Amino acid sequence: MNGTGRKDRREPLIHLSKRDIISPWKAWGIRGIAMFLGLVVCGIAAFLLIEKLQQNPGKIGDFYYTFIRGSFSTSRKLWKFLKNTAILLCISLALTPAFRMRFWNTGGEGQTLVGVLASIAVAFYFGGKIPEWLLLILMLAAALMAGAVWGVIPALFKAKWGTNETLFTLMMNYVATYLVSYFLVVWVPNGSSSLGKLKFGKLPQIYNEHLLIILIVLLLTGGLFVYLNYTKHGYEISVVGESVRTAKYIGINERKVIIRTMILSGALCGLAGYLIAAGADQTVTTNSAGGQGFTGILVAWLGKFNPLMMILTSALIQLLNQGAGQISQDFSVNNSLPNVIVGIVLFFIIGSEFFIHYEIHFRGSGEKKAKGGRLK
Amino acid sequence: MEKQLALQMKGITKRFGPVMANNRVNLDVYRGEILAILGENGCGKTTLMNMIAGIYYPDEGHILIDGQEVAINSPKDAFEHGIGMIHQHFKLVDLFTAAENIVLGVEEGKRYNLKEVSARVGEIAQRYGFQLDPDRKIYDMSVSEKQTVEILKVLYRGADILILDEPTAVLTPQEITKLFAVLRRMREDGKSIIIITHKLNEVMEVSDRVAILRRGEHIATVNTSETNENELTYMMVGRRVSLNIDRTMPVNAVPRLVVRGLNLYNAEGVHVLKNISFDANGGEILGIAGIAGSGQRELLEAISGLQPLESGTIQFNNPKKDRPVTFFHKSLKRVKELCAEGAFHDRNMNDVSFEGLSNGAIRKWVESGDVLFREDEVINLRDKTPLEIRQLGVHLSFVPEDRLGMGLVGNMDITDNMMLRNYRKGPHGFLDRKKPRAQAEKIIEELEVATPGVSTPVRRLSGGNVQKVLVGREIAYTPKVLMAAYPVRGLDIGSSYTIYHLLNRQKENGVAVIFVGEDLDVLLELSDRIMVINGGAITGIVDARKATKEEIGLLMTKTGAREAVNEA
Amino acid sequence: MNSWINFLVDSLAFGAVFMYGSTGEILTEKAGHLNLGIPGIMCMGGAGGCLVLNMIGGSSLPPFLIVILGILGSLAFSVLGGLIYSFLTVTFRANQNVTGLTLTTFGVGLSKVIMTKLDTVVYLVRTRDYFRWPFAGRQDSLQLWGVLFFLAIIVAIASSWVLFRTKTGLHLRAVGENPATADAVGINVTRYKYAATCIGSGIAGLGGFYYIIDYMASQEAYLSVEAWGWLSIALVIFALWRPHMTIIGSTVFGILFSLGSFITNSSWIKVTMATIPLLKMLPYVVTILVLIVSSIRNKRENQPPASLGLSYFREER
Repeated sequence: MNGTGRKDRREPLIHLSKRDIISPWKAWGIRGIAMFLGLVVCGIAAFLLIEKLQQNPGKIGDFYYTFIRGSFSTSRKLWKFLKNTAILLCISLALTPAFRMRFWNTGGEGQTLVGVLASIAVAFYFGGKIPEWLLLILMLAAALMAGAVWGVIPALFKAKWGTNETLFTLMMNYVATYLVSYFLVVWVPNGSSSLGKLKFGKLPQIYNEHLLIILIVLLLTGGLFVYLNYTKHGYEISVVGESVRTAKYIGINERKVIIRTMILSGALCGLAGYLIAAGADQTVTTNSAGGQGFTGILVAWLGKFNPLMMILTSALIQLLNQGAGQISQDFSVNNSLPNVIVGIVLFFIIGSEFFIHYEIHFRGSGEKKAKGGRLK
Repeated sequence: MEKQLALQMKGITKRFGPVMANNRVNLDVYRGEILAILGENGCGKTTLMNMIAGIYYPDEGHILIDGQEVAINSPKDAFEHGIGMIHQHFKLVDLFTAAENIVLGVEEGKRYNLKEVSARVGEIAQRYGFQLDPDRKIYDMSVSEKQTVEILKVLYRGADILILDEPTAVLTPQEITKLFAVLRRMREDGKSIIIITHKLNEVMEVSDRVAILRRGEHIATVNTSETNENELTYMMVGRRVSLNIDRTMPVNAVPRLVVRGLNLYNAEGVHVLKNISFDANGGEILGIAGIAGSGQRELLEAISGLQPLESGTIQFNNPKKDRPVTFFHKSLKRVKELCAEGAFHDRNMNDVSFEGLSNGAIRKWVESGDVLFREDEVINLRDKTPLEIRQLGVHLSFVPEDRLGMGLVGNMDITDNMMLRNYRKGPHGFLDRKKPRAQAEKIIEELEVATPGVSTPVRRLSGGNVQKVLVGREIAYTPKVLMAAYPVRGLDIGSSYTIYHLLNRQKENGVAVIFVGEDLDVLLELSDRIMVINGGAITGIVDARKATKEEIGLLMTKTGAREAVNEA
Repeated sequence: MNSWINFLVDSLAFGAVFMYGSTGEILTEKAGHLNLGIPGIMCMGGAGGCLVLNMIGGSSLPPFLIVILGILGSLAFSVLGGLIYSFLTVTFRANQNVTGLTLTTFGVGLSKVIMTKLDTVVYLVRTRDYFRWPFAGRQDSLQLWGVLFFLAIIVAIASSWVLFRTKTGLHLRAVGENPATADAVGINVTRYKYAATCIGSGIAGLGGFYYIIDYMASQEAYLSVEAWGWLSIALVIFALWRPHMTIIGSTVFGILFSLGSFITNSSWIKVTMATIPLLKMLPYVVTILVLIVSSIRNKRENQPPASLGLSYFREER
C-alpha cells in the first residue's frame, strides 16, 4: 500500500478549536483592535452617508475628533456624558441579576418606562399639595413598585409554567408604551399628548443637578457587585442560572429565586425611571426610556455581567452615542446616524468575542508542537 | 486466509488544547471482520473513531481506504467512503419519526417519499433480523429501539465500515446477545465492524481482533483467539490490577431507610415507579441493577425529595433510643421543637424541659451529653423538599448520575461547589467561603484530585476528578444514607477503585449505601444485596454473594410478577 | 362597499406586513436562530426598496420592471442584514440576542438616514399604483390588495410546504432541533443556517417595503416599521412556528390594531380618544396570552425548536 502524501488531499483551509484560557491582556487587546477596525468602517460609512464629507474629504479627521468633542469639549457636555452614562449603567445594572440567572429580561425598556410613568403620576397628582421631600419619596416608592410589578409578571409565569421570558418581557415593553400614551391622553385633554415639564418633584442639587444621580448609581454599582458575589442571594442566582436541576437538588426553591430576582431587577429599572423622571426630564413621553432598556442588554453583556466592568462598557457606549450625536449636529445629517455608527462599532466588538473564545488554525500551520502535557 | 484491507490509519495524532488525545496511532481494519477497540475511559478510543467518521480532523497522520489516501472533512465525506458511525449518545432528532431520521441527509436525487423509505428500511431490517416500526417518533422509543434506528440509518446509506461506540452500555444481556447476532450476520455479509468498548468479556465474545489503546497511544493489536482477559487488562491499564473489591460482611445491619409502596408518575403521566418496597440497611451496600431508564433515577430522586409521589411512604430510622442528643445533625431550633414534643429525657429518665432557659444554657446542657432521646427517631421523608429533609436533621447524600448538570455547577470553582450543600449556614445574608475552601483543599489532598487549585472551574477537570469532588463533598456531609447513581461511569480504573473504596469505607462506618450500577460484575462484587428493577417495578432482591450474572440478567427483563400480585 | 367588509379587507391587507415578518422569522428560528434583528431588517428592506425606487421611479421603465427592481432592492438590503446576523451568530457564534438587538439598532438607524434623503414624489407617489395592481385606483380598501399582498400569502403557504413537505424542510428542521445530529448525517449545518437566515431576512424585509410603499403609502410610514417587526416576532409564537398559520394570526392582529380607528370612525359607538391606546395595546396582550396558554398546554410539537438560541460548534467537548 502506498498513498502517503498524495496531492489530492483536501485538508480544511481553516480549522477552529476552543481556547482553554486567554490572558485578560490579550482579550482586551483583541477588543481594542476590533473597536479600531469598527471605527475605520464607521469612517467609510460616514463618507457614504454624509454629504459634507463627500464634498470635503479632508474633514475626515474632524469626524473622528468629534467623537471626543461630543463628550469632553465643554464641562456641560462632560457632565451630560457622566449623567447619561450613569442612567444607562443603572438600567444595565438592573438587568444584570436577571441575566446572571439566565433570565433573558428584554423588558428593561418597559420596566424603566413604567418607573418614569409612576413617578410622574405621583408628581402630577400630589405636586404642590404635599411637601417636596415627601413627594420625592412617594415618587421613588411608586417607581420601584411599578418597575417591580412589570418585572415580576413575566417571572411568575416563567416560574410556574416556564413561559418564554424573552418574548414575554419584550411584549411588556409595548404594553408599557401604550399605557403611557393612554395616560398622556387622559392628563393632557387638549389633544397634543405632550405633558411638558412639571413644576414639582425634582431631585435636590448637590454641586450641580447631575452629581446626585451619578453618586446614586455609583453606590448601586458597588452594592450590586457585593450582592451578586458575596451574598447567599447572589450565590443562589448563580446556581439557578447555571442549572435549575442543581438548584433543585440542593433544595433551592428556584421559583422563589426567579420571582425575587425579577422583583429586584424590575425595581432597579424603576429606580432608573425615577432618576430619569425626578433627576432629568420631569415629564413622561412614550420615548422616556429612549431605547436604553435594549442598549443596557448590550452594556451588561459586553461587561460580562460584572458590575465593575459595566462602568467601562456603559461609558464606552455613551461616548459613541454622544460623539455620533455631535457628528450628526456638526455635519447636519439625520439624528439617527448615531444608531448606525454605534451599530457598526458594536458589530465589530461582538465579532471580536469569537477570537477571544476560539483559536483559528490555518492549513499548514498544524505541524507545530503541542504545548503542555495531558490534563489528567 | 487472504484478508482484504478496508481501512488504514497511519500516525494519527489529535490534540485538544494541551491534551494529547491520540498520539501517532496506527490501525488496520479488514473486510469481513469484527475489530474491537479496547481501552479505558478517556484513552482516546472515541476521538480516534470520530476522525474516521469526519467529526474531528486529525492534526497529523493519514487515513487510507482501500489503499487510497483520503481526507475525511465531514460526516458526509465519511458516508461517501462507506463509513458509518453509531455514536454512544444517539444522534437522533427526537421529534422526528424513525423513517425521517433514517432518510435525513441522504441525497438520492429522488423526490421526498417517506413511504418508499419505510419500505426499504423494512427490507434491510428483515435481512439482518431487526424489528422496527419506521413511523414511530423517537421520543416514544426505548434505548434499544433508538440504537436500532441508528444502525439502520447507517446501513440505509450503504455503509460497509460500521463503527459502534460502546453499543452495549445501555442494553440488557439479552439485547446484547441479539445485537451480537446482528453484528455477526453483517460480518458474514463482508462488512467491517469496529466496536469500541471497555468490557473485556464482550471483546472475547464477539471480536476477531482487538486493538488496545492506552493514554491516546496504540499499544498492540492481537487476535482474540490468541489472548485472554488478563493479558488484555494488563495492556489496557499498563499494570497488573486485581479485579477484586474488598468486601466486608455487614456489621449490625439495621433498617435505616424503609420504603413502602412507592408509586410515581412523571411529568408525561407515565407510571415510572410501581409499588416499590425495600429496606436499605445501615452498614450495608444495596446494589440496584436494571436496564438504563427502568426507574433508577426516579427512585433516588423520589427518596431525596425531588419527585412528587403518588403514594407510598419513605421512612428514615435513626437508632437513637437512650443516646445523647447532639447538634451534629440538628439545629438548635429543631432540638427545641423535639423537646417541646417530649422526645427527650435526662439520665434519670425524667422529662427534659427547656422552658425559661436561654439558648446558651440549652446548648450547654445538650452538649454535656445529659439530654437523651426517649425513642428511636422515625422520620417520614414523604412529601418533604430536600431543604426540609435537611432541616429535620436527616443527612441524606446523593451522588446523581448527571454530575455537571445536577451534582455540581460546571462553571463554578471547587470552593463554590463545596458550598452547594451548606452555603445557608451562618446567621446573616453573606457567604462564608473560608470553611468551604478548607474543605475543598482537604478533598483535593485526600482524594488526590488533579487540579491547578481550588479556584479552577470543575468543568475543566477530567471526569474522574469531577467525580472525586462530587463524592468527596457528599461524604464530607457525614451522611446516614448515601445514594450513588452510576458513580464510576466514564471513569478510568484507578478512579473507579477510589470510588469503590470510598463507598466501602462509608459502609463500614454504618452508612446505608445505595449503589446504582450498570456493570453487573462490579455490582456483584461490591454490593451486599442487589435489588433488580424493570419498568419501574422490583423484580427481585438477591444476595450478592450468591447470585449469578445470568440470574440478574433474567430479572432485569422479567415483567414483574410481584407487581401483578401487589396490584391485585 | 359595506364599511365592515371594507374594514376586514383593510385588516387583511395590514396583516400581510406580519405575514412577511413572521414567515421570515419562522424560517430563521427553524434553523435554531432567534433573530431579534428582524425589526431592523424590515426597516432595511423597506429603505432598500425605496432607495431603488427613488432612482428609477422617475424613469420611463415599464411598471412591472419597476416593481421587480423595487423588490430586488428591498431584498438586497434585508439579505445584507441577514448576512451580518448570520456571519456573527453562525460563523462567529456570537450571542444571538445581543447580535439581533444591535442589528435592530443599526437597521432602524440606517433606514431613517436613508429615508430622509429620498423624494416622496419620486419613490412613492408615482410608483404606488404599480404595486397596487390589479386593484389600483379603487376607492375602497380593496385597492390595498396589490402584488405584494398576494405574494405574502404565496410566500407563507410555500414556506410551510417547503418546511413540512420536502426533504430540504426536513433537513432544516433537523438543524434547528439538533444540529449535532444533522451534522453527523452529513447535512451542512452552516449552509442551512445561512440560507434560512438570509432567505428569512429577505422575506421579512419585503414586509417593511410593502408597508411603506403599498399599505400606508405615506411619507411617515417608515417610522412605524420597527414596531411591526416586534409584533412579527410575537406572531411567530401565535402561529406555533407554522408559516401558513401566520395568515390567520396576521389577520387577527390586523383587526385588533385597526379596530381603534375603525370604531372611532363609525358613528354608532361612542369612543373617547383615550380608548385608542388601549385598543392598540390589545395585540401585545393577546400575544402574551397565547404565549402563556401554549406554555401551559406544553405540547411537544408546539414548542420552539430545541436548539433555539444556542450556537453550534462541532468539536465542542
